[in-house]
Amino acid sequence: MTTGFNTMTDDINAKGAWRIETRTKLSGLFSIAAIAVVVLMAAAPFAVSRGVVQDLFFILTMLTLAQSWNLLAGYAGLISVGQQLFVGCGAYALFGLVILAGVDPLIAIPLAGLLAALVAIPTAFFSFRLYGPYFAIGTWVIAEVGRLLLAQWKALGGGTGTSLPRDATRDMLGLSALGDWFGMRPAAAADALAYWLALALAVATITLIYKLLRSKHGLGLAAVRDNETAARALGVDALRLKSAIYLLTAFVTGMVGALIYLQKARISPDAAFSLTDWTAYVVFIVVIGGIGTIEGPLLGVLVFFALQNAFSSYGSWYLLALGALAIVTMLFAPQGLWGLISRRTGWELFPVRRLLKGGPASFDTMGGPNG
Amino acid sequence: MSWLDTLLQGVLLGGLYALFAAGLSLVFGIMRLVNLAHGDLIVLAAFLILLIVSTLGLDPFVAAVIAAPLMFGLGWLLQYHLLNRTLGKDILPPLLVTFGLSIVIQNGLLETFTADSKRVSTGALETASIQLAGINAGLMPLLTFASAVAVIVALNQLIYRTALGRAFRATSDDVVTARLMGIRPNSIFAIATGLAMMIVTVAALYLGTRANFDPTSGPSRLIYAFEAVIIGGLGSLWGTLAGGVILGVAQTVGASINPEWQILSGHIAFLLVLLLRPRGLFPRAVD
Repeated sequence: MTTGFNTMTDDINAKGAWRIETRTKLSGLFSIAAIAVVVLMAAAPFAVSRGVVQDLFFILTMLTLAQSWNLLAGYAGLISVGQQLFVGCGAYALFGLVILAGVDPLIAIPLAGLLAALVAIPTAFFSFRLYGPYFAIGTWVIAEVGRLLLAQWKALGGGTGTSLPRDATRDMLGLSALGDWFGMRPAAAADALAYWLALALAVATITLIYKLLRSKHGLGLAAVRDNETAARALGVDALRLKSAIYLLTAFVTGMVGALIYLQKARISPDAAFSLTDWTAYVVFIVVIGGIGTIEGPLLGVLVFFALQNAFSSYGSWYLLALGALAIVTMLFAPQGLWGLISRRTGWELFPVRRLLKGGPASFDTMGGPNG
Repeated sequence: MSWLDTLLQGVLLGGLYALFAAGLSLVFGIMRLVNLAHGDLIVLAAFLILLIVSTLGLDPFVAAVIAAPLMFGLGWLLQYHLLNRTLGKDILPPLLVTFGLSIVIQNGLLETFTADSKRVSTGALETASIQLAGINAGLMPLLTFASAVAVIVALNQLIYRTALGRAFRATSDDVVTARLMGIRPNSIFAIATGLAMMIVTVAALYLGTRANFDPTSGPSRLIYAFEAVIIGGLGSLWGTLAGGVILGVAQTVGASINPEWQILSGHIAFLLVLLLRPRGLFPRAVD
């Protein structure tokens, strides 16, 4: 990061007066706790039942989808309701690569992500032409186009879809090793492998977003969000930044899509391009947890999972209540649950704000409206 | 001759899409609000008409006349108490609230009316047709198109000839100055959404009598409405009609080649317009 920002920091440090910090005492403690949690979660397949591993897999994949939608909508201001396009494209890419080209599923997952990112290029070309709110519906239309086109792909079952052949997943890379080392049965080993991939993807996504937001690009993004004209005047290339984030989220979403459907082993255009499953739920997770924060989706996915377990048997009533909850949150607590918590406690687990510390006078003695 | 027939069916279908779109266009023009629940509100109105028809045994057209003021009231309340709170510089709250609303309405309808697809019967009118230059044209599609034209003429009269229309335009141009002139934007917005819901009722009447509908048909109606608005260009109601017609023709032509391509060819026409004329064919508004 060789920008003016760095030299400014150096100047300030040189005087020994002010420091710019992006770390808090709490975030230091939290990062240690987070590492411990990830290690514990990595050990889960050895300790808990397959059902729990599958639940955790669901939580992790939804978390990754939520984090990438949050980056898109909460930070880059690109409110897409068409992310199911990338889930669907990723999933279909996996099925196509495995069934038609005989690629190993493990290798097909990153390729599926790349393919989704490739699809995102023309998608961005079209949808970026639409003003603010119309962008949302534009992405939705393109997702519909994707669904309708893939329903024409007869080799993968057309409108009714198809299943992943059993031997394709049975011979997956790493499965026999898991069986040899830990004595896992093939089905359990497949679950564990998918789970570890989901865990790795979730951790990588959160780390990437965290690093991105703390970088100068993150600063540029915040500037664009607050005032796009002013940010552009200061040399932030808003369009390039937004396009890059759009492609990045497509890549991540595509990989998650591939992973989810590797686990499901059965695909149909309506399911893979489902607005409810891959966008509505994700939007609710982010809104209820707190949009525009990294902590929000983490909290949101836990709330969502709890609600899902408790009430999903009520079917439509459950969805209705979830929608109503999102509306109420947006109206009365637009920062979501995490916003309520952090406002009361001042906690920041993933600090991305730059804090000014030190200086000749303490903050208590400063006057003025900002004192 | 069959090509001419396809073309006519497409044009008439376009009338229905223009009806879907007019309400969306009105609301966007006045308060820059994109209502993601628009399609679900159309379906809600269709169920309301169905309910009136089946319980009171009335003709669908009379039922729509009863439903229209009810829908106006619903739109007014919705805007005044819910959507007005979300308006502002940030586009996120209105989008997410109307998205939530869309899910709420869909699932509310599912619980109330089940997932079965329904239809409002218009009796003999359903199959009635007249000869137009040697082509058979259904009376209902013709009526749909005529209604679309009537709605657009009426809206244009309202917007450019009445005091209320002046208030609409003033609020659309500059909320702060309009407020200084004694206009209360919150009520103006509520009236506008109420009006949009009356148009939605007209659209619902023809949606319900033309084909089957079920609680989940809302989102695709929203998409057609949106495509018609964008093809026509923002801010022009006649453009919206033209957009609806182009969409309708693209769909019927696509369907005549392969029935599976109907919806897809509509989307492709939309993307082509977006590619060649990103501001639509007859743009009027600056944004």
